[in-house]
Amino acid sequence: MLRSHLDVQLLNLLAACMLLISFAMLSTRRTQQLITLFAWQGAILFLSTSLVAHEAGLTELYFSAALTLILKVITLPLILHTLIKRLGAQWDNERLVNIPITMLVGLVLVIFAFGLAQPISLLATTVTRHTIGIALAVILLSFLMMITRRKAVTQVIGFLAMENGLFLAATSATYGMPMVIELGIALDLLVAVFILGIFFFQIREQFDSLDLHHLESLREE
Amino acid sequence: MRGVAFVWQFGEVLLAIALAPLFSGWIAQCRAWMQNRTAPPLTQPYRMLRKLFHKDAVLAENASRLFRTAPYVLFGTMVLAAAIIPSVVTDLPFAHAADAIALIGLFATARVFQALAAMDVGTAFGTLGARREMMIGFLAEPAILMVFFNAFLLFGTTALTGMVDNYATHPSAIDPSVVFAAIAFVMVLLAENARIPIDNPTTHLELTMIHEAMVLEYSARHLALIEWASSLKLFNYACIGIALFLPWGIAIHGATVGAVLIALVTLVVKLALCGAMLALIESVSAKLRIFRAPEFMAMAFLIAVLGLLVHLLLGGNTGA
Amino acid sequence: MNTHLGANFLNSILSHPLASTLLIVASWPVIAIACLLRPHSIRYVARFLFPVGAVLCVGMFLLAGGFLIGGHAPEVMTLPLGLPDLPFHLRLDALSAFFLMILGLSGAGISTFAAGYFRSGEGTAHGLLGLHYHVFLASMAVVMLADDAYLFMVAWETMALASYFLVTSQHRLPEIRRAGFLYLLMAHLGAVCILLSFGVMQGGSWQFTLDAMRSASLTPFWATAAFTLALLGFGAKAGLVPMHVWLPEAHPAAPSPVSAMMSGLMLKTAIYGLLRITFDLLHVQSWRWGVVVLTLGIFSALYGAVFAAVQTDMKRLLAYSSIENIGLIFTGIGLSILFAASNMRLYAALALAAALIHALNHSLFKSLLFLATGSVLHATRHRSLGKLGGLIRPMPWVAGLALIGTLAIAGLPPLNGFVSEWLLLQSFLYTPQLPHAFINMLIPLGAAALALTVALAAYVMVKFYGVIFLGQPRETLLSEAHDANWLERIGLAWLAAGCVAIGVQPQLALHAAGKTTGMLLGQTIASDPSVWRIAPIAPEQASYSGWVFLAVILCVVGVTFLAVRLIAHGRMRRTPAWDCGYPWQTSRMQDTAEGFGQPIRHMFGAFFWMERDLPSASDLTPRYRVYIEDRFWRALYKPIAAAVQRLADAVSFLQGGRLAFYLLYSFLTLLGLLVFVL
Repeated sequence: MLRSHLDVQLLNLLAACMLLISFAMLSTRRTQQLITLFAWQGAILFLSTSLVAHEAGLTELYFSAALTLILKVITLPLILHTLIKRLGAQWDNERLVNIPITMLVGLVLVIFAFGLAQPISLLATTVTRHTIGIALAVILLSFLMMITRRKAVTQVIGFLAMENGLFLAATSATYGMPMVIELGIALDLLVAVFILGIFFFQIREQFDSLDLHHLESLREE
Repeated sequence: MRGVAFVWQFGEVLLAIALAPLFSGWIAQCRAWMQNRTAPPLTQPYRMLRKLFHKDAVLAENASRLFRTAPYVLFGTMVLAAAIIPSVVTDLPFAHAADAIALIGLFATARVFQALAAMDVGTAFGTLGARREMMIGFLAEPAILMVFFNAFLLFGTTALTGMVDNYATHPSAIDPSVVFAAIAFVMVLLAENARIPIDNPTTHLELTMIHEAMVLEYSARHLALIEWASSLKLFNYACIGIALFLPWGIAIHGATVGAVLIALVTLVVKLALCGAMLALIESVSAKLRIFRAPEFMAMAFLIAVLGLLVHLLLGGNTGA
Repeated sequence: MNTHLGANFLNSILSHPLASTLLIVASWPVIAIACLLRPHSIRYVARFLFPVGAVLCVGMFLLAGGFLIGGHAPEVMTLPLGLPDLPFHLRLDALSAFFLMILGLSGAGISTFAAGYFRSGEGTAHGLLGLHYHVFLASMAVVMLADDAYLFMVAWETMALASYFLVTSQHRLPEIRRAGFLYLLMAHLGAVCILLSFGVMQGGSWQFTLDAMRSASLTPFWATAAFTLALLGFGAKAGLVPMHVWLPEAHPAAPSPVSAMMSGLMLKTAIYGLLRITFDLLHVQSWRWGVVVLTLGIFSALYGAVFAAVQTDMKRLLAYSSIENIGLIFTGIGLSILFAASNMRLYAALALAAALIHALNHSLFKSLLFLATGSVLHATRHRSLGKLGGLIRPMPWVAGLALIGTLAIAGLPPLNGFVSEWLLLQSFLYTPQLPHAFINMLIPLGAAALALTVALAAYVMVKFYGVIFLGQPRETLLSEAHDANWLERIGLAWLAAGCVAIGVQPQLALHAAGKTTGMLLGQTIASDPSVWRIAPIAPEQASYSGWVFLAVILCVVGVTFLAVRLIAHGRMRRTPAWDCGYPWQTSRMQDTAEGFGQPIRHMFGAFFWMERDLPSASDLTPRYRVYIEDRFWRALYKPIAAAVQRLADAVSFLQGGRLAFYLLYSFLTLLGLLVFVL
């Protein structure tokens, strides 16, 4: 089903860009930039899914791609932007570990993911099977981002980026998930963002800051 | 080795020496256009060099022989680098004297001599500049090595002429590792040539200087040689980038005079484009704090390694 | 008639290389004993006997080099010395010859320098120093010639003992005694590990000749055990992290020629031992060994470079730099093991050749630098970098030759340090072809760590040379420093010439290393037989020509100089330094050693254990103090020493002091033995 060599190269390039964006998200200092990067990640996902749909001739992947575009490129970033504007948390994004060490750990994770994914790629039959490693790496890097950040907003974005990685993995290994599951996940994401938004207002009212180490004081003493 | 190859060799070296100040002038002009200023004419660097050569050299009382010889050594190393990098033809006899990794070593020699000369007079700014320049140097080395590692995996050789020959005969399209290596290379170019965002080449504040602080004590012909060597270094880096990532048009082995002329024209066009791109990057970026520079270089290193890993993962599927 | 005799003599030497080598090795102890005849006379010991030793070193170099390049078969010999059924076995093959060549080459330069170095009225008598020095040289040579474990250990221990006496030659100072004690302790711990390793390798045959060990077949478990013990033992002697703590103490404590010998030659005997055991006796069985050695090597290299950057004592800086270079050599060895065990012999030979040539280069430029610091110490009486500066004017010879050493150690073309680093980086390029899953992705990162270390070494050396020789003098008396005398100059020039020669013409060194890898791996490097350049794998892949570098740079410098003089002019004026118009330009304004190392301290802070005293804004006399210590010392050695002390205290009740108890112990032992035997 290989339409042309060029298509495969383009898909690989898009996957590599996703990886680069994950690293950029890991290292950026400003929350606004983080949300923009997340939007770009969604856009690349949209392009990649459309291309696979074009390659493999599956029409339901077009619907998946459209859903991704509406949800992840337009709606969620918009919600998040208004959220942080009202919280006043557009800038300064502190971290627990400094940037070079985070990068190095990220690199080791990428190697780990690539090494793990190699046997899986041999089993899959899709056009994009080699990008499974990249998808796994994106998931792990988003998790790392959630761990090494202090502000609550970035943890939400990390969670959303993880879902992006899962979507990429699904597309590359099996040409997408059943439509029901996709719609379900999309709805879950929307609801999660709303609820978390409410939580953030509560946290800020209680502690006057969105820094998560304040939550540590909620222990039993 | 054909006799005409030696002609190409010397021609290329002389071309590099002659064009380098023009390249710097062109970048300054593009920057001025983007920042809505009027620029000095394109030949201003040449006038500056002429002015400097005719002045009397003023040296500090305790400057040693090392201080006086360093500018010549710097110029010599940069000319040697120009002889090795295939900017117009690949049929260069001296190109077999060094591969890409030896080229890194050559640039390191230039850097060390400049740093030693800066420490010679024993002023606060000279030693400051030396320390910072060596720091940028050791941060940039892993990144540039990974870029060449990438190139080795793609082209099977670390000799620049071999890379250009290989690319010309098997053009590989949009390989992600090539894109990543290119981004990393541009970042290293900015760091090594003291451009924004690492260092501002037009600053007057000594505490923000890296490269300029090392040449504060130089004057007249020594300063002229150092400035020429710096612009030659930028020219060389641009030519390495062109040879690695945009080699279409370079006259490969066994070229005719016609092919060489075409190569010359394409080189000028490519350099103009690269200069404009550099000016654009400089105009939209802000200069980084000195201890943010390691993060910048770590990012360059990371992108290069990602390119390497992606190449290993995606392997020979892309047909490169 | 005389030429006939001469030709016969030369012939007999060349046809019996082992015997001739043994003759040279035996003459050094003769010189050592001769030193004792008139121990206090400088003219006899220093000006006569040391140069004789140096000439013998040159002879050793030529002999070993000729044997190696001529490609002779290994020679063995058995001497009827030693124990009744354990006579001394000796063997001269390509591996021994390579290291004997290093010994001869650097030893000649060091001995010549030492001849001019020793002055009257300094600590131990010169005769004693000469004795220990030549015994040290001889024992190192015997280590490389030994073909059975017994002779090896005898020579090893003699080496440790002789060097201990050399390190503590100024034994009246307590810190020197402390350094010597630590050195001896680590040397013995290493020797115990090596002995155990030999014990494991004899594999049940109870024959301790290396031939028997070569043919003994060990199970993978015991082979790994033997390898680990050997790595610990030889690593402790070589200064591999974490067994490196004695190096930064012992090297500064010893007199400079001794530091040069230890750094340049003794560390190489440890490399020789590891190579002999891993490649020759154990036949490189497992690729995991390679990964371990590679990791330790890269970590040591980075560790040494980072610590060297923050030192304020010039000899400690060079000691840490030795740790870094040893790390680089171990990296090459580790790569070689990895390739060899994965059946990629050509690349294994490349990596091993890189390690061997780096060992040769290191012995040259490190000795040169240590000897230069010896001259500086003699001239200024200062070791601390905070009290030196601007010595390029009163000491031009030392400064010029030290510049060559500095450029060489920073790995800059066209000198020799670059050749070995280039070869090592070339061998890293082939690591993605390894068949093991995660390893082939992780090891290319090792190449980046290597590049970082090499560039960091350049940083350190700019600091070293700049703070000592350039800038303004930090003490007023420095302008009266005197340059080195003619014997010292010859020694320094010999080593510097070696650096330049190998850098510009590395073909010979590559050829010699190829012979050694041929013996150990069965594969020489397919070197392009061209005089102008080296191309270890294939000319299309990578090539380097030292000649072109040197020639073109010199040419362009000359042409530019003439062109500038012709087109413009050569006028010059001298004024006070510009310094951006600042009126005060004291020597306190320039960077101190701590200042130059500040970026490293900032970026690599996790490596150090630091104590800092910072002045506050209201201090009338602000003082800044930083104290940096090795983390391994605090975390590993101090707890172990404390535990040993506690154990010793617990057991010390046995030493009651009463005679009756001691007699009781002997009595109980006798009873026990009787029961056991009967």
